[in-house]
This record gives sequence, structure tokens and C-alpha cells, in this order.
Amino acid sequence: MHTITLLFILLSAVTVATAFLTIFSKNPIHSAIYLVICFFSVGGHYLLMNSQFLFIVHIIVYAGAIMILFLFTIMLMNLNKEDEVHKPRLQRWSAVLFFFLLCAVMMLIFFQSKPIVGDYDDLGTDYQSIKVLGKVLLDSENGFMVPFEFASVLLLVAMIGAVLLSKKEKSS
Amino acid sequence: MDTAIIIEKSVLIVAVFALTMLMAMYATLAERKVAAWLQDRIGPNRAGKGGILQPLADGLKLFSKEEFLPDTPNKFLFVAGPAISMSVALMTSAVIPWGDKLEIAGRTVIMQATDIDVALLYVFGVLSVGVYGIMIGAWASNNKFSLMSAMRASSQMISYEVAMGLSIIALLMMTGTLSLREIAAQQSGMNWNVFYQPVGFLIFLVCSFAETNRTPFDLAECEAELIGGYHTEYSSMRMGFYLFAEYASMFISSTILAVLYFGAYNYPGMQWAVENWGVNVANIIGFLALFAKLCFFIFFYMWVRWTIPRFRYDQLMRLGWQMLIPLAIANIFVTAICILWSDGNLF
Repeated sequence: MHTITLLFILLSAVTVATAFLTIFSKNPIHSAIYLVICFFSVGGHYLLMNSQFLFIVHIIVYAGAIMILFLFTIMLMNLNKEDEVHKPRLQRWSAVLFFFLLCAVMMLIFFQSKPIVGDYDDLGTDYQSIKVLGKVLLDSENGFMVPFEFASVLLLVAMIGAVLLSKKEKSS
Repeated sequence: MDTAIIIEKSVLIVAVFALTMLMAMYATLAERKVAAWLQDRIGPNRAGKGGILQPLADGLKLFSKEEFLPDTPNKFLFVAGPAISMSVALMTSAVIPWGDKLEIAGRTVIMQATDIDVALLYVFGVLSVGVYGIMIGAWASNNKFSLMSAMRASSQMISYEVAMGLSIIALLMMTGTLSLREIAAQQSGMNWNVFYQPVGFLIFLVCSFAETNRTPFDLAECEAELIGGYHTEYSSMRMGFYLFAEYASMFISSTILAVLYFGAYNYPGMQWAVENWGVNVANIIGFLALFAKLCFFIFFYMWVRWTIPRFRYDQLMRLGWQMLIPLAIANIFVTAICILWSDGNLF
């Protein structure tokens, strides 16, 4: 138990530190690399809860695909410090305000929720293997099949939209 | 009990690490020998008998070269690049089943460093992270050619990962598990997956060439256009690490090919060997069988390298997006119909 607490503190420190460094680095590439480290440490939190599938999918999707595309784009655009757009003051202050509002909502959600993973651990229930996840996600009666399929349709729509946007830019 | 497991796993990990290093070392010699053979030459034959000490001589040469650091504001990332490449190339071997089990002093030892539920996804995750070494190192080199190479490497990696993932899905639908240990066990006898998934195997093979940056997909180090590609600015052992990582990942991806599609450690008559010669002997032969299969794939990588010229960049992209991905999706559909048909649920 002690080791896990220690690991949790270590991982949390890395996560928070790299998240802040992502925002405060002047160099966009450094920001992206800090974000990659941040994703890995969040993945470490998943492993602490013994959710192997969530961990590995998180790494494949975020660190392996999205951040590589991000780095690719940043390198391609060759951003410099001068290119940074200065937003008007009103916009910046409203961004800060809405950030804190979002924080409040998330905190309330955390306070309201009941942590259930500990109970599963005590009972020895399998809550993380692919078989259980697949049953929960794709069972049409007491699972989440309809939301799951809707999410995939949403992703498809976003993909088609992105293709359409890039096509339009080329013809003009 | 716990100490025994720790000792057992440490020995296994060190053995796999040593094997990977040794294979990467001798793959460099094998590459030069195969190239020489294909081009009707003799190849390196000065260091040791028939050139057997050549890898040591090469290593010594790389170690004793000047460590050149280019004028870059990112010294840390410049050093980190080859380190990431190397460590990622070595990480995959953790989930590979090298054999079924051994019985040592009354204990059953599983010949696999770790048997996790999501082993196949783990291999995939490590593969997808692999390109960071090239990207970070190339960007930190502060060199236009290196940057171009990083672009090519990353776009190629992302394009071929899609086709690779889709080809794996058809295999998963058939085996019904993500654990490499179970996939290996299901192929006992001559039930090799390649007989049931020939198209999936071909797509996976082509994508492994792209993922390991080997010819005909080594556009990242296309010397006619990009000097040396991502390792233009590297010298000494840092450059050696990049080259070494390429051979290590070639060894690992050959092993994955053998485990997924060519029956892993299984050989005809393994059951008979277990009954008559005991578990240990049968599994050591099994390990040798896996080793022979992966050596064939390493040879295949070299054979292709010295036979087929490099693709053009647009050809590479067209092959990935317009041929391999539709083929992989069609393969998934055909596999699904076959599975339903064999279960009698089609109509």
C-alpha cells in the first residue's frame, strides 16, 4: 500500500508539473513534448488502478497518434515566438473565468461521485479486462451499445468534415 | 515464493536482452554478408575467421570516433533522440512468448517475461511510440534535411499503423484473444495462422517493413535526397544507437511475425516430443524452432532490401492509403463472413 501511495504522489507531481510546463514553455515543440510526458504519467495512473486496457489505448491514441500528428504539424509550420497571436484582454480574462467555472463543475462531480474501484478490488471482481469491457460496451440490453454507436457516428462525421474542409481549401 | 519469481523473471529479462543485443550485433554482419552474396561478392572477411569478429570491430570503431555535437539550442533532446529509439526498440520483447514452459527443480517456469491480457495492444503501443526517437532527434539536430526526414518518418509511421491495426483485427476475430501466449498456444501442430489469414499476413508483413524503416520504405534516410536523413548530424555511438535500434527492432518484428502468423514455438510433433522426451527438451526444441523462423524473417528483410529499390514518396502514400487499407477492410469482412459461416449463423 505504501509503495502505491508513493508512486501516486510521484506520478501526480510529474503530471501536474509537465501540464504546467506545457502551457508555460515558449517553444511549441517543447510544449508538445511535455504534453507527451504528461500523457504517459496519466497512463501511469491508469496502471495504478490496474486498468491495462485503458492504459494501452490511452498510449496508442494520445501519445502514439494524436501527439505525433501535433508534432508533425508544429514542425511543418515552423512556429516562432513572433507568430504567437496576442488575444485581447477581455478574451483572456473571460477564458480564466470560464476555466474556474469548469473547475468548480468538475470538483462538484468528484465530490458527488462514489469511488467504486476500491470495492471491486476488495471483492475481486474483474472490472478491467477486455471481455468485461466488451460486454458492457456492446451488450444491447443492459450495456451502452447505443451511446457507443452514436459516439462512433460522431467521430465519422468529424472525419468527413475534416476531409471536406481540407478539400475546399485546395480548390480556392 | 516471491523471491523465486523475481529471480526467474530477472534471469529471463536479462537473457532476452542479451539475445536481442547479440542478434542486433550479428544482424549487421549478416546484412553485409547477404548483400555480398546477392551481389556476387565475398563481403567482410578480415576480422576473425570469415569476418566473425566484424561487429566487434565496428562497435569499437564507433566508440572511438569523435562525439560531435552540432550547434543546436536543444542539446538535451539531441542526446535523448537515440536513447528513446534504443529503449523503445528493446521494450517490445517483454511480452513475447519464447516457449511454452520449462520445469526446473519442480517449478513450472513460463518462458515469457510477462503475460499480460493486452499483449498485442502493448506491442502496438510501443510501435506507435517508436517514431518519437527519430522525430525528436531529427528536430533537435537543427538541420533542414533531418527535419524533412522526421516528417517523412512520422507520416509514414502513422499511415502504415492504420493498415497494420486493421490487418490485426481480422486475426483477433479469429483467435478471440489479445494475449500473445494464447495466440501462440492456439497454433499447436500445423494450425499456423498464416494458412487462415494469408492476406492479413501479407498486409502485416508490408507494414512491418514500413514500421521498421527498412527498404523499400526507408525514405527517412533516403541518401540521394536527404544526405543521411535523421542521423545526418549524429556521430560516434549516438549514431551507432540509431543503427543498432533499427536492427533490434528488425529482430523484434521478425519475432512478432513468427509468433502471430507462423506458429510461434510450435513445430509438428511437439506433443509427441513432450510425451517421449519430457517438457524441457520439447520446449528447448520449440525455442529453436521459433529462432529458426525469426532468422528466416531477418533474412527475408535483408533479401528484400538488396532486391527491391526504394519507393517514391507518393507511391509509398498511395500504397498505404489506397491499397493496403481497403484490402485490410475487405479482409475483415471476408473473415467475419467466414467465421459466421463456419459457426452456422450466417443465414
